Amino acid sequence: MSASSPITTSVVERRARAPHTSMFLRMLVRAAVLRRGRAASALLAMVVAAAVATAMMNLYVDVQAKLRKEFRSYGANVVIIGKDGASLPPNVLEQAEKTLVGRGMAVPFAYVVARTTDGQSIVVVGTDFERVQKLNRWWSVSAWPSASGQALVGMRAMPVVSPDRKPFDLTFQGHIIHLTATGTLQTGASEDSRVYLPTNEFVGWTGVSPSTIEIAANGSAEEVNSMVGRLSEALPSAEVRPVRQIVEGEARVLGKTRATLYAAAILIILTAALCVLATLTGWVFDRRRDFAIMKALGASEGLVSGFFAAEAAALGAVGATLGFLLGIGIAAWIGRANFNAPVVPRFSVFPVVLAGSIGVALLSAVVPMSLLRRVQPAIILKGE
Amino acid sequence: MFARLLYESFRRQKRRKLLAGIAVTLGVAVATAMIAVATDIGDKINRELRSYGANLLVTPQEDTIDVEIGGVNLKPPSDGNFLSEGDLPKIKGTFWRHNILGFSPMLPVNTSVGTAAHAQDVTVLGTYFAKKLVFGKEQFTTGVENTHPWWKVDGSWPGDDGDDLLVGEHLARKLGLRTGAMISLAGEGHRIAGILSTGGAEDDQVITPLHVAQQILHRPDAVRRVYVSALTKPEDALARRDPKSMSGEVWDRWYCSPYVQSIAYQLQEAIPHSHAEQIRQVAQNEGTVLSRIKGLMLLITLAALFASALAVSAAMATAIFERRREVGLMKALGAGNFAVAALFFAESTLLAFLGGLVGFFSGSWLAHRIGRSIFDSQITVQPVLFPVIMVIAIIVTFAGSAAAIRRAVRFDPVFALRGDA
Repeated sequence: MSASSPITTSVVERRARAPHTSMFLRMLVRAAVLRRGRAASALLAMVVAAAVATAMMNLYVDVQAKLRKEFRSYGANVVIIGKDGASLPPNVLEQAEKTLVGRGMAVPFAYVVARTTDGQSIVVVGTDFERVQKLNRWWSVSAWPSASGQALVGMRAMPVVSPDRKPFDLTFQGHIIHLTATGTLQTGASEDSRVYLPTNEFVGWTGVSPSTIEIAANGSAEEVNSMVGRLSEALPSAEVRPVRQIVEGEARVLGKTRATLYAAAILIILTAALCVLATLTGWVFDRRRDFAIMKALGASEGLVSGFFAAEAAALGAVGATLGFLLGIGIAAWIGRANFNAPVVPRFSVFPVVLAGSIGVALLSAVVPMSLLRRVQPAIILKGE
Repeated sequence: MFARLLYESFRRQKRRKLLAGIAVTLGVAVATAMIAVATDIGDKINRELRSYGANLLVTPQEDTIDVEIGGVNLKPPSDGNFLSEGDLPKIKGTFWRHNILGFSPMLPVNTSVGTAAHAQDVTVLGTYFAKKLVFGKEQFTTGVENTHPWWKVDGSWPGDDGDDLLVGEHLARKLGLRTGAMISLAGEGHRIAGILSTGGAEDDQVITPLHVAQQILHRPDAVRRVYVSALTKPEDALARRDPKSMSGEVWDRWYCSPYVQSIAYQLQEAIPHSHAEQIRQVAQNEGTVLSRIKGLMLLITLAALFASALAVSAAMATAIFERRREVGLMKALGAGNFAVAALFFAESTLLAFLGGLVGFFSGSWLAHRIGRSIFDSQITVQPVLFPVIMVIAIIVTFAGSAAAIRRAVRFDPVFALRGDA
């Protein structure tokens, strides 16, 4: 007998050498491998739920930033003007830019009333064309001036200063400037009856420095407010005020969009979680024979519960990881399709998704388990 | 026999049917709510975008140019042409009158304001606050309370027919004025009903009812410009075309679309000697913001539909997979593949129908709640959505069950009954 079989010995030895946990692990793995179909459909539900949750959370955070960028095309949300009509100190633009540190754009505007050759009054504005182009993207301009002596003339000012599009002269306090109109400007507002010049030419002609600085500050309402605070601190001689029309309109539209997105996210995540619950509950319930066999073989209540819990947790973890990757893909696709810019993946979402998935998986294991625990293994094995 | 099998299956397997039913119901409910919200979101956000103020400006046709810096008019006020106040209610007679949410006439006048201490030259702006007007049989209220929602009054809004007025925040601070105090405008005494804060040029002005400004100017019925707030459709290629170059049919389509350009054209038609222009800062940006938000909701709705379809499929597959033994038994008793498949399909159709019905109505309720709590207005679920949703629910449930049914039918009854499958 002792020499009976070296094979048996080697199997025994191999099993003896194997770590004690291997049985537990093997049961977990084999359960998934043998019941591929069932495991796959449970996993699919898990992955879809985790993916949708990830995508919605990612979008919820990122879309606000994306939309804010769209809202900046409404133009300036902060203006700086001299206190009580006083002019601004000469270094105000540099000061403002230093305070902004790249979180916005400042554009100077200087105004005078000049006279045309027929003695008509007209408002002439000196500004930085390159910046204005970026700040006020709604300006419809036929051609931006590029050389000196060229001016941008508003739609309604055009017939007054230069009806036949010839070069024209403007006078301010006895100083004359010769200009050509390169293009016309149309905005539908007061800009239409003005003439725009580059700042350096304007200052050279009139000697008047900018009296208004318009700023498009990036960020949320709180960030813009704190920016207004910092600007007024840095520029005590000027008055800094938010453009309420723009700030409040943005806050309102953004708030509603965010609320809708939030409601949609909750609805979708809830559905996904409940469907996972339905699928997994069925899956665990379906394995009542395994449960009964384990108990019949003498497994303790704790071990069996632990086994099913571990199985659910593993499913939740794998589903969450796959779903997270898929969800990031979905969010990126939505960002690209709608905003032409990818949504940046937020890995801080991962722990939430992971914990949520494992939580839902455990919950769906607990319900059928507590039902099964009350039943005798023999009854289940008999198939009743 | 078939009907009895179906009936008994639902009666005896309440738990499983309930789980699958809940999955279908939830999926349909979310799909209905999301579709309803997504179809309505454009209109809702469009209305919210109106909080940016008017998107159209009507001025006299032969207007001289404005000489205005920072809201202060430097031109003698009697210069130039005026619109007639009496023509304004005609705005509500245009083709797109229901899209015009409000309008405010403006009449700026330069005059001196006198307080007990001293006098100062200011711009007085005459306007409607919340004026009741009648056009034909229709009564409506319009004014800055509606078109300029960012104007905040500390105190109360004055009446449009009284002599009370508002004083801009800065001006009030400079002159030391308070709500309830009296000031004189062009020699007449007026009570300050409130202090106005706008964050714009109006902070340095006095805002009066329109007739007060007209009296100061000695021009009854005069209006300098009218701000119109209208719901518009985002601009597209047709909108940008020159209406003069259009042929009859294209022109009709252009005229009957609520583009900002065609509404401007109709305003010009309605008000004699006027010129209407879009305010590009508001009108142009509206379109991009609106289409972004609409696009976002559409894509999220697609994702939601996809997710609920997959979830419903998974739940259905599970429900069928659990019943291999039943299939084995039926087949052992001589049922053909077709009979078995028919039973399962009938079951899933019934489930889809019941789940879809409950889901549709709870989804409508959800959409309604979302509209109420977020937008303070109704989100109506189009009745045409009902058959669409039901068909989608049945197709998804079918598709979700099909693979599982095919597998269940292919089992060898012996193995299925032994429980080895």
